[in-house]
Amino acid sequence: MMKRRQFIQQTTAATALAGLGALNLQSCVPNRKHITILHTNDVHSHIDPFGPNDKRNANKGGVARRATLVENIRKENPNTLLLDAGDIFQGTPYFNYYGGELEFKLMSMLNYDLATIGNHDFDNGIDGLYAQLPHAKFEFVSANYDFSNTVMDTHVKPYKVLVKDGVRIGVFGLGIQLEGLVDKKMYKETVYHNPIEVAQDMSRILKEEESCDLVICLSHIGYYYKNSPDRVCDLNLAKATKDIDLIIGGHTHTFLPKPTITQNSEGKNVLVNQVGAYGLYLGRIDFYFEQGKPLYSDSTTIIV
Amino acid sequence: MIKKSLFLVLFLSLVYSCKELPNRIEGNRLEIDEKITSNKEIEDFISPYRDNVNKNLDSIISFAPETYSKTDGELNTAIGNLMADAVFSESNPIFNKRTGKNIDFVLLNHGGIRAIISQGNITTRTAYEVMPFENSVVVVALKGKQINELFTYLSKAKRAHPVSKQVELLLDEDFNIKKALVNGKKVSEDETYYVATNDYLYNGGDRMTFFHPNDSLYTLDYKIRNVLIDYFKKEDTINPKIDNRFTKLTAE
Repeated sequence: MMKRRQFIQQTTAATALAGLGALNLQSCVPNRKHITILHTNDVHSHIDPFGPNDKRNANKGGVARRATLVENIRKENPNTLLLDAGDIFQGTPYFNYYGGELEFKLMSMLNYDLATIGNHDFDNGIDGLYAQLPHAKFEFVSANYDFSNTVMDTHVKPYKVLVKDGVRIGVFGLGIQLEGLVDKKMYKETVYHNPIEVAQDMSRILKEEESCDLVICLSHIGYYYKNSPDRVCDLNLAKATKDIDLIIGGHTHTFLPKPTITQNSEGKNVLVNQVGAYGLYLGRIDFYFEQGKPLYSDSTTIIV
Repeated sequence: MIKKSLFLVLFLSLVYSCKELPNRIEGNRLEIDEKITSNKEIEDFISPYRDNVNKNLDSIISFAPETYSKTDGELNTAIGNLMADAVFSESNPIFNKRTGKNIDFVLLNHGGIRAIISQGNITTRTAYEVMPFENSVVVVALKGKQINELFTYLSKAKRAHPVSKQVELLLDEDFNIKKALVNGKKVSEDETYYVATNDYLYNGGDRMTFFHPNDSLYTLDYKIRNVLIDYFKKEDTINPKIDNRFTKLTAE
């Protein structure tokens, strides 16, 4: 397919020129878009805030507060996406009592757009995850888990393209190796594929075939493993791929005070972010950009 | 093509001539704390779930005459003995029914006791506090040789890793094994023993490597937490004691 964006630009150029006689320069307002990405990871069933006597996180977190925050940001910028990078389940008795029903219902009420699947989301088995799907109004993306021979078949997409203010945002999901981490009787016939190879494929599809303006990887593979520096992780993923603009991570419960700016295989910038765990923080990335121009260029300002 | 490119250049230069703004990306971490008002709709939605969980967690299922902590003893503690004995008494009937065999003894880990049992009422919440993890009971068939490795491990670990009352392990002043009995008998190298533990330790947790290789593994699909809940429900008042199952001679 011919580069669709180029085509659109040319058409616009022609139109702009055609109308130039009648219009003055006021009509050429820069087409600057503002997309806000909000994200959580490893919330682990932490629905209520931590109690006042908690030694580490007293009075922090809580879904009802997160809801207020998200609502306010959405009012400020309706072109906002809310994403979760997995391990929604397990960590408080809410999960033991309701099996994830409440977590999914609340995420639906907060209007989450997409989530990926973490290892703990298999804690009640793949059947336990499947059983809660009717409570989720958001969708799941995972590109490297092949669910073909499981009940989750057709319920998880490798990626989704979401359009906000005309901006095409491609989001694909990545999950961690399950063998050795999750009991096989839990994940059953779920097949794991190498995240980096899959990500190379995904970013090409999203950038070239789907003409996405913004490519986001929603990952549960972990930020970085300092004792195994070569292990597949978000930082290594960023380095080994191209055309990914933002990696939102999870699994390692890494509390990054600010997103990491790193370079991809072409030496271009990539942002990697993760907000620890338990819903203590909400990650926020704002993209102000001119659609159709490279997001990261020498003139791009990155404020973190 | 040249014509088209020219159009594009013209167009872009027009756009730039009005106002050029470089792309900007901003990243922020937003803290969620008491400064943010809770959304009432969400709060009201959670409330019945919370009440139900709390009602259930706070239901009284037993009574503790004293406070029991895992730091109460050197090589065996009342709370650890309670846990190991509870795993035996609750799991053995299931294991026996499925296999016709009996568990010889139980081994857990000291680090797996995550909270104290406080003097007073024991609730379901107590079981969640003591055992927040989802680990389950497994029974491993081990040869006597590995049982000896297990005892050597315990003698070197010098920690009150819980064992059930079928074990009597006595160390001398220098932590060498002086006596090691299972059900009152010396360990026979060729005999098969059925040891109950949790899946975490079976998979090498706390460097308990002696579970592999083994003759067979039986997974009971019975969470340790549920073992505790079932045990508490049966005991009106718990009465765990430090005893002589794992001890050491002290220098005179």
